[in-house]
Amino acid sequence: MSSVGNGDTPLVEVKNVKKYFPIRKGLLQREVGAVHAVDDVTFAVREGETLGLVGESGCGKSTLGRTIVRLHEPTSGKVIFEGRDITKLGTRALRPLRREMQMIFQDPYASLNPRKRVGSIIGTPLKIHGVEKSKRRARVQELLETVGLSPEHYNRFPHEFSGGQRQRIGVARALALNPKLVVADEPVSALDVSIQSQMLNLLDDLQKELKLTYIFIAHDLGVVRHVSDRIAVMYLGKLVELSPAEDLYKRPIMPYTEALLSAVPIPDPDLSDQRERIVLEGDVPSPINPPSGCRFHPRCRYMTDICKEVEPPLVDFGRGHLAACHHPLNVDRETLERAKVSKRHSPDAADESAKPRDSSGRSDPVPGR
Amino acid sequence: MPERLIEVKDLEVKFHTEDGVVNAVDGVSFELQRGQVLGIVGESGSGKSVTAMTLLGLTRDRNTSFGGEVLYKGRDVLEMDEDELQGVRGNEMSMIFQDPMTSLNPVYSIGMQICEAIRVHERADKNQARRRAIDLLKQVGIPNAESRIDNYPHEFSGGMRQRAMIAMALACNPDVLIADEPTTALDVTIQAQIIELIDRLKDEFNSAVILITHDLGVVADVADEIIVMYAGRVVERASTRPLFYDPQHPYTWGLLGSIPRLDRPKQDRLHSIKGTPPSLIRAPKGCKFRPRCPHAFDKCMEEPRLENRVEEPGHLDRCWLSVEEKRELRVPTLAGTEEAA
Amino acid sequence: MVAFVIRRLIGAFLVLVAVSFITYLIFVKIPGGDPAQRIAGKLATDQNIADIRQKLHLSDPFYQQYWGMMQSLFTGSLKSYSSQLNVVNEIKKGIPATFSLCIGAGIIWLGFGILVGLISAIYAGRFSDRVITVLALIGISMPVFWLGLIARYLFAEGHPFSIFPDGEYVPLTSNPWQWFVHLLMPWWVLAVLFIGFYGRVLRGNILDTINEDYVRTAKAKGLPQRRVLVKHVLRNSLIPIVTLFGLDFAAVLGGSAILTETVFQLKGVGQYAADSVQSLDLPPIMGVTIYATFFIVLFSVVVDLLYAWLDPRIRPT
Repeated sequence: MSSVGNGDTPLVEVKNVKKYFPIRKGLLQREVGAVHAVDDVTFAVREGETLGLVGESGCGKSTLGRTIVRLHEPTSGKVIFEGRDITKLGTRALRPLRREMQMIFQDPYASLNPRKRVGSIIGTPLKIHGVEKSKRRARVQELLETVGLSPEHYNRFPHEFSGGQRQRIGVARALALNPKLVVADEPVSALDVSIQSQMLNLLDDLQKELKLTYIFIAHDLGVVRHVSDRIAVMYLGKLVELSPAEDLYKRPIMPYTEALLSAVPIPDPDLSDQRERIVLEGDVPSPINPPSGCRFHPRCRYMTDICKEVEPPLVDFGRGHLAACHHPLNVDRETLERAKVSKRHSPDAADESAKPRDSSGRSDPVPGR
Repeated sequence: MPERLIEVKDLEVKFHTEDGVVNAVDGVSFELQRGQVLGIVGESGSGKSVTAMTLLGLTRDRNTSFGGEVLYKGRDVLEMDEDELQGVRGNEMSMIFQDPMTSLNPVYSIGMQICEAIRVHERADKNQARRRAIDLLKQVGIPNAESRIDNYPHEFSGGMRQRAMIAMALACNPDVLIADEPTTALDVTIQAQIIELIDRLKDEFNSAVILITHDLGVVADVADEIIVMYAGRVVERASTRPLFYDPQHPYTWGLLGSIPRLDRPKQDRLHSIKGTPPSLIRAPKGCKFRPRCPHAFDKCMEEPRLENRVEEPGHLDRCWLSVEEKRELRVPTLAGTEEAA
Repeated sequence: MVAFVIRRLIGAFLVLVAVSFITYLIFVKIPGGDPAQRIAGKLATDQNIADIRQKLHLSDPFYQQYWGMMQSLFTGSLKSYSSQLNVVNEIKKGIPATFSLCIGAGIIWLGFGILVGLISAIYAGRFSDRVITVLALIGISMPVFWLGLIARYLFAEGHPFSIFPDGEYVPLTSNPWQWFVHLLMPWWVLAVLFIGFYGRVLRGNILDTINEDYVRTAKAKGLPQRRVLVKHVLRNSLIPIVTLFGLDFAAVLGGSAILTETVFQLKGVGQYAADSVQSLDLPPIMGVTIYATFFIVLFSVVVDLLYAWLDPRIRPT
């Protein structure tokens, strides 16, 4: 999907956001540990762009998505929406902002109330935000048409629809209040491929038409690449790579991204046969006790001693391509030198792109691998 | 000559519901040889899962009626009595399902659920069954199998549960393993692991696999033969390479075109199949795909037969378009696909 | 696990204190509840009443009174205002009858409830299911006092089908057979309502469970139907029934079998409670309240433990 807004102003900024879920135990229910769901993540989303957020289940991508729209309160850090810190806002102060930020959920079966009619499901946000009853019906019917359903569906129940159609209802509900930001949490992974592509095209059309900004959460890099302008890769709560979509796909820097890319099935038997598939051993480790150093090191095939001990900082490798790795892939000597002296990626620069930056730093990549 | 394990002839499955008769499977035929991987591909409601479950007699119900034959080593599964079926299920043919989160009983340990499968079919005492279960868990790649065997399903991750399901399915060395969307509920990374595992174990256990999926990408590098189903019918059937490089049915084109391709330059728009699958109670007249097909013409009001129309023997399809027309029409859908390899 | 039990027991104790205190408050504040006046009778002089007040410490601040009453209750010296009988002894006297009634009825209603639920689930939608549904509804709708009287009228000695002795409790220790025969009618009368109710709940649970993916897996493994039904369907469907049974059983033990006890003149704890409430006799009311609360609280802890045992997902790790 293409950027339609002016690419300079960030709509959302996420600054050092952490979300820990405490684990309580024992007689007094003391906090004995925490699930480090999101651990110090910083990035920005520009107006009109689509930011893809990828990673395996348990990497914190959904938690982060929910934290951005304030369904969760971050443990620390800031979420800035249109220049305003919304992290500390109370329920009342948040209410007008809720219009601007909407979510689409993964499971079209579980996320619609089975006892409510479609008209009421889509109309509820309108009602809550004080749209008159007379105008509501017309608006809902207009929305139904926008998402490719028929206005006659107004009085039907969710169970009368297929999975793909239900997901359209979910989209209509999200769009009811003309939001600026839509966080789509795995909106197509429960759908058949044929329906998936309809949905992706619909989201694309809506973005152009309504000038929406998307945060698109998914585990399939194939889908994410298709929709995103930029892609953020998460692993165990950490942001490990952030890059313009095409660049990420052409030259992944973090070995984890490389593995994710190689896992996407290719519907072509010969290509599929030829290409090297990096099978990641085992599962994602527990986010309660994440591995030391680079969190990916136990599953990484390039792992060396430094990876076990030192957590790699997120470094800018030029053209807005950031990655956190001691052994970056696909980086030429020159860029590497520049990155070596470039300073640790700073939060404010997260949304800036294109130009390589410099100054101090302490990444220690092994060149020429 | 490979051993033929399954022969399905004109299988029909009808569900009699209050709203009418659902023609879930309508005249499906195929064969399966030992060592073969057969892919069955289609959208939800295409009848692919019903076909698979019927192979094990799992769709039997007083509101279901069957037609045709399902021969397993020459014996008709549809005619078997319940005892005979129980001897086949899990023993000679076994099945794994889409959602490993819900397919294991949450109140029993993984080990108990595997041992149960072993002990119902074979004479084995508790210790033997347990040792066997541990070996199986090791074979499917579960670390620390000796201690993990006593875990409950909720203590396993999604990928590990699917591995445990596979261990359970392979417990009695079945001839046929039916995998119904085994990776749909899993992460892409785990998906690759599971498919590879199934492919490897097929050789180790010298069995055959039926792999059911809605995503042609999943079967591309493991299937030997592929059946594409639509609205209860087979619309195309071919060996894997001809199916990908010379697909004959517009529905197959649509399925191929819907997948965002990492191996190609980014497309502006994905091709998609418009509309939704038809009702199986009142299916459209003629070709079932006609209402969604961009190339439909008047002849399509009559349903074409599933037959061989191309040079490649054994490549069957159900479309009226001529081979030349198809070559031309499919180009935009498959944008950039090499012509018939 | 131990921490969990301790936490639950502390909670249980607090509930006990709260319930007894609220009950006390209600009965002290209720109009016409002044025990001194009731004890003194209609012709009492003010002096009489004052004397009684003095003797029973009724002029003390009420939290002191509450404390005193709890002390004497737990040391076993609390006496009724009206009959002057020892409350703890009276409750103890009622316990054999109440326990015999409840345990017997509990076994019957659990056993038959499961049976009814299982049969109607297996034959769901067919004739036998419909018949059972109607019977269950009738069972649920019949009030115990009505059903009890009808049962007595039909089956008790001296009536059309004279099969059972008519009411009264015979101690198990004195004559086991008579104990059994005397209790048969009360057991069934008490159990009927629960059988209908449990049967309906279980039927629903089973029909939900039968469609679970893991039941399909069990079938695909080639397990015999009976094993699928018992080990995979019934076992999982029974989990919610455990909660129901635990709480219902505790309530019945705690005295909510009042009607059955009264109809069959069993002289159990329930009847004692009913009598005390009628005469607004505070000490026995407090005694019975504590007794009933104790069972309910105890059984809810037991249910939680059973739950953890039955369902590994909620075991505290």
